[in-house]
Amino acid sequence: MSVIYILLAISIIVAIVFFIAFIVAVKRGQFDDSYTPSVRMLFEDELIKDKSNKTILTKEE
Amino acid sequence: MTNIILKKTLTFNLCIRYKRANIIETKTCFHCGLDSSSSKIIYDDKSFCCNGCKTVYEIFSENNLTCYYDLQQAPGATPKEIEGKYNFLDNSKIVENLLEFNDGRTQIVTLYIPHIHCSSCIWILENLNKLHPSIISSIVNFGKKTVRVNYHTEHFSLKDLVKLLSSIGYEPFISLDDYSVGKKNVDRSLIYKLGVAGFAFGNIMFLSFPEYFQVSGFWIEKYAPVFRWLMFAFSLPVFFYSAQDYFISAYKGLRSKILNIDVPIALGAAVLFIRSTAEIVLDIGTGFFDSLSGLIFFLLLGKFFQQKTYSFLSFERDYKSYFPIGITKIDSDNSESSIQVYDIKKGDRLLIRNEELIPVDCILIKGKARIDYSFVTGESEAVSKQSGDKLFAGGKQLNGSIEVDVLKTVEQSYLTQLWSNDVFSKNKEDGFTTLTNAISKRFTYAVLSIALIATTYWMFVDSSKALNVFTAVLIIACPCAIALAAPFTFGNMLRIFGKLKFYAKNASVVEQLAGIDTIIFDKTGTITANKETSITYDGVELSGDEESLLKSTLRNSNHPLSRSLYSLLNENDIVTLDAYEEHIGKGIEAKHDQDSIKIGSAPFVGYTSETATLNTAVHISTNNTYKGRFTFYNKYRKGLSKLFNKLKKDYDLVILSGDNSGEQENLTKLLPAKTKLFFNQKPEDKLEYIKHHQNSGAKVLMIGDGLNDAGALAQSNVGIAVSENVNVFSPACDAIMDAAKFNQLYHFIKASKSAIKIIKWSFLLSLIYNSVGLYFAVTGQLAPVIAAILMPLSSISIVVFTTICTNVLGRQLK
Repeated sequence: MSVIYILLAISIIVAIVFFIAFIVAVKRGQFDDSYTPSVRMLFEDELIKDKSNKTILTKEE
Repeated sequence: MTNIILKKTLTFNLCIRYKRANIIETKTCFHCGLDSSSSKIIYDDKSFCCNGCKTVYEIFSENNLTCYYDLQQAPGATPKEIEGKYNFLDNSKIVENLLEFNDGRTQIVTLYIPHIHCSSCIWILENLNKLHPSIISSIVNFGKKTVRVNYHTEHFSLKDLVKLLSSIGYEPFISLDDYSVGKKNVDRSLIYKLGVAGFAFGNIMFLSFPEYFQVSGFWIEKYAPVFRWLMFAFSLPVFFYSAQDYFISAYKGLRSKILNIDVPIALGAAVLFIRSTAEIVLDIGTGFFDSLSGLIFFLLLGKFFQQKTYSFLSFERDYKSYFPIGITKIDSDNSESSIQVYDIKKGDRLLIRNEELIPVDCILIKGKARIDYSFVTGESEAVSKQSGDKLFAGGKQLNGSIEVDVLKTVEQSYLTQLWSNDVFSKNKEDGFTTLTNAISKRFTYAVLSIALIATTYWMFVDSSKALNVFTAVLIIACPCAIALAAPFTFGNMLRIFGKLKFYAKNASVVEQLAGIDTIIFDKTGTITANKETSITYDGVELSGDEESLLKSTLRNSNHPLSRSLYSLLNENDIVTLDAYEEHIGKGIEAKHDQDSIKIGSAPFVGYTSETATLNTAVHISTNNTYKGRFTFYNKYRKGLSKLFNKLKKDYDLVILSGDNSGEQENLTKLLPAKTKLFFNQKPEDKLEYIKHHQNSGAKVLMIGDGLNDAGALAQSNVGIAVSENVNVFSPACDAIMDAAKFNQLYHFIKASKSAIKIIKWSFLLSLIYNSVGLYFAVTGQLAPVIAAILMPLSSISIVVFTTICTNVLGRQLK
């Protein structure tokens, strides 16, 4: 019968968890720069390419 | 997964495309994109404009970082010679103040790098650890153009880092402004408040649903109190934290006897909270917690929207942003040491290197000084000084190193004293009644009288409803939509202006711009193009031999006038000179075979019948016969005359120039007759002129560019700084305008006037909503659900209305 209390408690806890996540994200400065991360995620790959070239060379030796 | 694949193909495509483009265009520098056809520097099958660019390419290719060139074509900058420039970074006291974090083994520093402009820049700067093993990591903030570097200090220092960055063409800009900036905190309170209000708003809405649908019966009766008290709990942080700015502002307004827009808002919010709490305590209703949190959420959203800032621009610059942090001091035993600018004492001997700024008033002791005072006075020409002459702070040395004796400390110098004027400590917004506040005064009176009349009426008819009606009127009349109209309209205008390279500091600038009636222009750098001059020649025509001799002679000189004249002359055969001599402050003399040439001032070339002209001129004589003179005129910006003719109908136009009156004739021809022209104006004169006119009721728009206009820009109602490169220098001002958009000024002013009209229409619209709401309120039938629908609806429709209108306006602007 009083399952409504459990449901309410769960919903509020979930909401508060997300709210805390938001506060932490703001505090860490995740909202300070909204442009650079969008460019950064496109990188990474090029560096791996260079390294793999080198390993091929050593194998041939 | 798909994301990663997409990512790869995207970068791959980019690489292919740019590589192909490079094969076709071989005449531009592979590194920086400048013309490289005449340099003949080829390395690795790529052409470079200079050795500096080639060196950067070598560094990158050695470290496997050539993908730098794949992301963006020719993204680089030529590294500049910085020998000795950063010696002040040897001073540990200075370094300590620049660092964000320092534990002796690792240090973190954030450096501002003006050259950051594309994805290649981000890529190379975030791969700094590949260039030096001591660098742990580096993170770029593209918007702010900064890089935050974390490095080990064992074999590395801040100076090495700056040198490394400079060597790859990313020279950081370190000024006195950065001093101890590392510990600055960012204010994020608005985003927290918005987050809290949004969170509570959403949850309260959900908790209100059972009662919205009016389901009656056992269930609702049993659980309603739980839901209501939960709503109450959620509304507490909204009322006491998120809304606190409105209460503070309303209190401040009332104390200074101003009924600003925050008064009815605070009143509405307070009544909402108290009545709702009373309702649930007495168990007579649900209360209006949903409306309360929604109201605060929308209002904060408006504030957030209005708060659009251009993180890469600074509107608060004073002399500190221009001045170096450290300077080289020469001790009595002739040893050099770096000291902090604030530590300079009277009587110290300083070494000023080429291209360095003089930080204090001083006397020239040793060396040839050519000082560029354009920052301070607006004069376009550099002046030569002899030893024993007084030099003022703010000048830039252009010709080798000099030694000077200090006369005054930084704070007491002539230039810096301008900043002790009151205008710099005054907040412009304070003395200005916004349109919203003007409306809110009448609005508040109207609402209060309606509330009182309605309450009195109900007192006689049905006294049990009287209190209900009174609070309902105050709740529904809460001017949420009115308060939102201005922020959203101006905020959106700000964004549209920003896209068109006109960057306003805040929304009230747009509003003030609509109200001005006098426009004052500075001359040098504002209505003239900075680097361009037009040169005319009067005199006997030069023969081919003479022209080639002239060009060959000018080629040897580093004088700015020689340089600009040299670049203007046609291509001629360069001959080898037999003799060449430069007389400082007079001119140059050269010989080739039988011919001799003299280039310089009138007396130097032996021309005596000089009619007094204020324009800069270079005289030529060959074989001791006078030939003629090249006169340098300022080159005015494109569309200047047209702009002035458009503006003259509605505005008083004035030109205040720090320069001499040499251009007076030219300007009178170019500009409408009623334009007032004033020359030889000192920085204080400009400020006083504006103050004088403001006292007689004028609303002044000042348009300037240099530090010499700083006082005038601060004094004026709206100060706009014109800048050839918005990322570099501009004095403190209300708005920064890209020089290329200068001729659009009229349209920007017109657009801000239309923005005011849009706001007035939205006021009307929101008044309609208020009347509908008031009908429910005075008749005593305001149910929570009506308030919960009406409030967001009116707010959202205002936001939609202003957004559509401003976008239509923005489309016309181009």
